[in-house]
Amino acid sequence: MTEDPAHIVPYRTFILVWLTLLALTGITIGVAQVHFGALNIWIALGIATLKSALVIAFFMHMKDETTLFKLALLAALAILAIFIGLTFFDVLYRS
Amino acid sequence: MTSAAPASSETSRGFLGEARYPGIFGWIFSTDHKRIGLLYLWCIIAFFCIGATLGVLIRLELWAPGRTIMDAQTYNAVFTLHGVIMIFLFIIPGIPAAFGNLIMPIQLGARDVAFPRLNLLSWWLYIGGAILAVIALFTGGGPPDTGWTFYVPFSTHTTTNVTLATVAVFTIGFSSILTGINFVTTIHRLRAEGMTWTRIPLFTWSLYATAWIQVLATPVLGITVALIFAERVIGTGLFDPAQGGDPIMFQHLFWIYSHPAVYIMVLPGMGVVSDIIPVFARKPAFGYKAIVVSSLAIAFAGSLVWAHHMYTSGMSDLAVMVFSFLTFIVAIPSAVKVFNWLATLYQGSILLDPPLLFALSFILLFTIGGLSGLVVGAAATNIHVHDTHFVVGHFHFTMFGGTGMAFFAALHYWLPKIYGRMYDKAVATVAWGVIFVGFCILYLSMKIVGIMGMPRRYWDYVPEFTGLNQLATAGSWILAVGLVLMFVNLIRGVLYGAPVGANPWGGATLEWQVPSPPPTENFEADPVVTHGPYDFKKAGIL
Repeated sequence: MTEDPAHIVPYRTFILVWLTLLALTGITIGVAQVHFGALNIWIALGIATLKSALVIAFFMHMKDETTLFKLALLAALAILAIFIGLTFFDVLYRS
Repeated sequence: MTSAAPASSETSRGFLGEARYPGIFGWIFSTDHKRIGLLYLWCIIAFFCIGATLGVLIRLELWAPGRTIMDAQTYNAVFTLHGVIMIFLFIIPGIPAAFGNLIMPIQLGARDVAFPRLNLLSWWLYIGGAILAVIALFTGGGPPDTGWTFYVPFSTHTTTNVTLATVAVFTIGFSSILTGINFVTTIHRLRAEGMTWTRIPLFTWSLYATAWIQVLATPVLGITVALIFAERVIGTGLFDPAQGGDPIMFQHLFWIYSHPAVYIMVLPGMGVVSDIIPVFARKPAFGYKAIVVSSLAIAFAGSLVWAHHMYTSGMSDLAVMVFSFLTFIVAIPSAVKVFNWLATLYQGSILLDPPLLFALSFILLFTIGGLSGLVVGAAATNIHVHDTHFVVGHFHFTMFGGTGMAFFAALHYWLPKIYGRMYDKAVATVAWGVIFVGFCILYLSMKIVGIMGMPRRYWDYVPEFTGLNQLATAGSWILAVGLVLMFVNLIRGVLYGAPVGANPWGGATLEWQVPSPPPTENFEADPVVTHGPYDFKKAGIL
């Protein structure tokens, strides 16, 4: 899809996304200094998810792809989320 | 299956006679899916023979308590090597990389896979990984002795050459991922005109489900072995409690790949059986859509049950219950397949040719293996049999009795297509009988001695277990004789067998409509598919 001139993304957008990623990294480091208990990990994972979403959507052009590609990616992400989620049945409830 | 089936000379050597480069270069630099498939096939068979020899040596050592032919350290290295070779070099690539490459594009009516060069790279990565694994045996601190599972903390502390072995596994993992990407893309994009999703042969459907697991789960294996590498080289402490790490997390990561991997191993085998049974029963596959859905369901549900390998690891009781429950769910789609195969056979005009004999032994042995899997998968009984020979017997029933038999069925079914020559069917039938008897003696003895309490991976045992161990070892000899007989017969068939026509078995799928061996481009004209894969009447077979 990148060959299509209609989908050429201006540099401004890339720079904005990059700045957002930097800000989110800052927030990750900041939040890690505060003790939220089990919430810490969820916040870190949430921010990481948002960051990867931005990279995939803008830098990897997924925003402009067809539904099939989006669905394939979604399947992969859903499986990953399930892997991580099921692992927490152990980590969170270990005596 | 097609209205445009080409019919060139039956005596032509097809793709075997047309190489782009001379000699061996015509093979190792070929991007033809059939040549790459044959490269995989013969490498995989070679690794299988090495792995089987190591297996016979393990059994020989267990003939009597104490030292028989090797010391304990050598024994640890031999069973590790047996596991690594059989898992990573034989059974995972076995059916998808060899027969998937050979047959799948033709079944779809395509001229090749979607990315032929990537396909060749996959083979090079596979061989590169295998070479690294061999180097790991003779360098560093000697052959790895961790078992194929690389469990921490032992794998991060042993002085043997685990570091290089992890690099080898990482490399082979990439080969698997690339094959998966190639197959998913090929099945989506390169189907012939009229090849709708419900006309795709069940073997190719099973490869589709498998390819998704390869793409989604194998990266986790890459991450896991990379972490062992990091742990050994720079001491990251991720799995070391003294540094805030968690050793059980290693087991989670390892099994998040390695349990779905058993479905990477067995799903293509199920696909082979699903393709063979209708042909030799002369009946359309019963419940085609149910078999397709069950393949996808096994791929999905099988990815969610990894922690049933970890009931005794110290993980939480809640996780034990959740994973035990999820494990039972996988039995449902597996049983759907078994009942559909049996229903296909029911009232069929059955031809007991060697491919069907191997396929039938798949059903029996896989069912026994699967049912003993419920004993292992239920949390309560698992505690009793965990890490015993019962588990070894169980997974050999599913992996060897299942995938191994399916691999042999595929060899007997498709080799005449690939080489255009038929093996001796009588010898093949005898070999099948010998293999089956040897198999049952070997692995049933293991299961019983395991229930009695014999642990796995132990070099020594108490004298009470001697009788059953000797029975198992005798079984391994019978099995080995059967395997030698089978391979010799197949190789003789490939070299000197009587020429066969395009369709020696009466199949209705596209690979039987092209000459044997197939031409380089598979089809002289792009085929147009007008009926389903098992519609023998419309195909003019019945």
